Amino acid sequence: MPRRTMVEAIRDALDVMMARDPRVVVFGEDVGYFGGVFRCTEGLQRKYGASRCFDAPISETGIIGVAVGMGAYGLRPVAEIQFADYMYPGYDQIVSEAARLRYRSAGEFTAPMVVRMPCGGGIFGGQTHSQSPEALFTHVAGLKTVIPSNPYDAKGLLIAAIEDDDPVIFLEPKRVYNGPFNGHHDQPIVPWARHPLGETPDGHYAIPLGQAAVRREGAAVTVLAYGTMVHVAEAAAEETGVDAEIIDLRSLVPLDVETIVRSVMKTGRCVILHEATRTSGFGAELSAQVQERCFHHLEAPILRVTGWDTPYPHAQEWDYFPGPDRVGRALRAVLEE
Amino acid sequence: MAERIPLSLHVPEPAVRPGGRPDFQYLSIPQAGAVRRPPVDVPAHEIHDLAYSIIRVLNREGEAVGPWDPGLDAEAVKAGLRAMLKTRAFDARMMMAQRQGKTSFYMPSTGEEAVACGFQTALEKGDMNFPTYRQQGLLIAQDWPLVDMMCQVFSNERDRLMGRQLPVLYSAKEAGFFSVSGNLTTQFVQAVGWAMASAISGDTRIAAAWVGEGSTAESDFHAALVFASVYRPPVILNVVNNQWAISAFQGIAGGESATFAARAHGYGIPSLRVDGNDFLAVHAASSWAAERARRNLGATLIEWVTYRAGAHSTSDDPSRYRPKEESDAWPLGDPIERLKNHLIALGAWSEERHTQLRAEIEDEVLAAAREAEGYGTLHDGPKPSSAAMFEGVYKEMPRHLREQRQELGV
Repeated sequence: MPRRTMVEAIRDALDVMMARDPRVVVFGEDVGYFGGVFRCTEGLQRKYGASRCFDAPISETGIIGVAVGMGAYGLRPVAEIQFADYMYPGYDQIVSEAARLRYRSAGEFTAPMVVRMPCGGGIFGGQTHSQSPEALFTHVAGLKTVIPSNPYDAKGLLIAAIEDDDPVIFLEPKRVYNGPFNGHHDQPIVPWARHPLGETPDGHYAIPLGQAAVRREGAAVTVLAYGTMVHVAEAAAEETGVDAEIIDLRSLVPLDVETIVRSVMKTGRCVILHEATRTSGFGAELSAQVQERCFHHLEAPILRVTGWDTPYPHAQEWDYFPGPDRVGRALRAVLEE
Repeated sequence: MAERIPLSLHVPEPAVRPGGRPDFQYLSIPQAGAVRRPPVDVPAHEIHDLAYSIIRVLNREGEAVGPWDPGLDAEAVKAGLRAMLKTRAFDARMMMAQRQGKTSFYMPSTGEEAVACGFQTALEKGDMNFPTYRQQGLLIAQDWPLVDMMCQVFSNERDRLMGRQLPVLYSAKEAGFFSVSGNLTTQFVQAVGWAMASAISGDTRIAAAWVGEGSTAESDFHAALVFASVYRPPVILNVVNNQWAISAFQGIAGGESATFAARAHGYGIPSLRVDGNDFLAVHAASSWAAERARRNLGATLIEWVTYRAGAHSTSDDPSRYRPKEESDAWPLGDPIERLKNHLIALGAWSEERHTQLRAEIEDEVLAAAREAEGYGTLHDGPKPSSAAMFEGVYKEMPRHLREQRQELGV
């Protein structure tokens, strides 16, 4: 089976869907001729023509707003926001329009669109190239929010997102575009070519939205993670020797509650990880769900390991990023209760 | 060191406030028929002057004059008059219904009927309007059922939007009327996207974007013009300048320094400025822009110069910020009166027939209101089901919404 980086897997998903469905159009800043600042759309304009894959003016509200209009017409636009940190000018179009169009028109108009945006830190991106704004989407009724952690999922989830009739926010952790990253920034990068989840079948396959994946089975504690933090969790479990069950949520809305509950009922303990800031982050929702559904099975308080409640700093990158040491301490702490 | 004078902030003020005499000197109005009619493939830079003038067809005597006279026959003019009268009667009835507590809210389009009713005549089946909350005339001009609109206003059991939307935020795909949102100007850029989609698909359908002059200040207005300029999609960018954005006069939106039509110049988009109370001018300019769009010549911006004769909404009292007499003093008059006078000048109409038509329309609107009220009003009678509140958030109801619906017990 071919091995792809996450960039190549995303590009392949777009290629597969553009070939299958003439309604799929891809656009955003630097997406056309140049092929994207992260190379995710390389070659698509050459293959499908400029009316299917094109460059857009630097206007996030314009990009998302025209995508809503295209979706209402009947196309299936895949819009790219160059960095999740820059989605805010388009946030009104996402929240007030894309998310509510089906509801407010009683299904007369829909927004079958995908907004792709590279997210997450660990790359010395500073304040505006590192953010993880997923909670700003999961809080919005009508949106689906997806975040893959590896090439296999990235392709399958993106195909599912494009085929989905609801608006999907597709967050791509750019730190794992070219290889898994476990938070050990002082160690050399392992490319996806040497990771089993770099294997991505050619052609069409879809991973249903709303299904988590158990990355590591364990009996001692359930770890809920997504994106880059899945790899950090795996490193922390290995280094501490804690028999953690690591769940990669993959899709935050809809959420795979069954898999979460089944695991926590088994382990009795839960640690929640995300790069995003803590207060009102998605971890708070996960914690509440686990508390409500697994209260009598819990043997310890639920712990959260997250980014600090500060803007994402530059020089202090590794004090900010929740790395394997911090995660490992939480794994031990939750067992001591 | 040179002496510096203290800086001061310029905050535009309307010419008059309540208690003052209406003053529209800021508006320079050319004679009917005075503005040239360029060919539809004219380059934008050759018609810059049109963004600073006002295209008008009907003169004081009610005659159609000049190059923009569309030459409509009496039957077409009567249809336009009927649509405008119906829109006004509909508004009056719904304003009253709000006062009677049958609904929470309403927004009339009084004085602006010609813009929507006249514009709709330039569209074809399959074209798509992206209206604001003040283009009800687009629906009424197509004879869209009044009962359907009223049921939406009443949020009753027949409301196709299942009681989810505030009154007047209609949606009627079949009538080429995109779902109205409370968020201003968002639909302006969506119209451009819809038109881009039509072009990408090799279709022949066109889109119409709508915004009020106040909302041109939103960033989506700029985004729409940029995208319309870049991709040249088949879209008509309508700016309805009714002089007022709730209490803020058009100067607060930047209208003191340049016309709203002139905004298009910087984007290389051809633009027209048109008498919005002149049904014939509206029809002619809309048709010109629609032809440009259909011939793949790209976008056109039209500033419709009109006056918001009514209150902003049922929650507004205009006497607190503008003279009561101002709407009567509006120099472009009343669109219905002007078209009526034209029909009379054509020898195809009379005051008697006009009075008769008004009475017929009022009966029709009253009958529709009675029927709609029979299906329930906001606080009385059958309502959309509570279970429907949870539907349609997504195509399929996800687990968490099923659980919440069960929690409510519906």
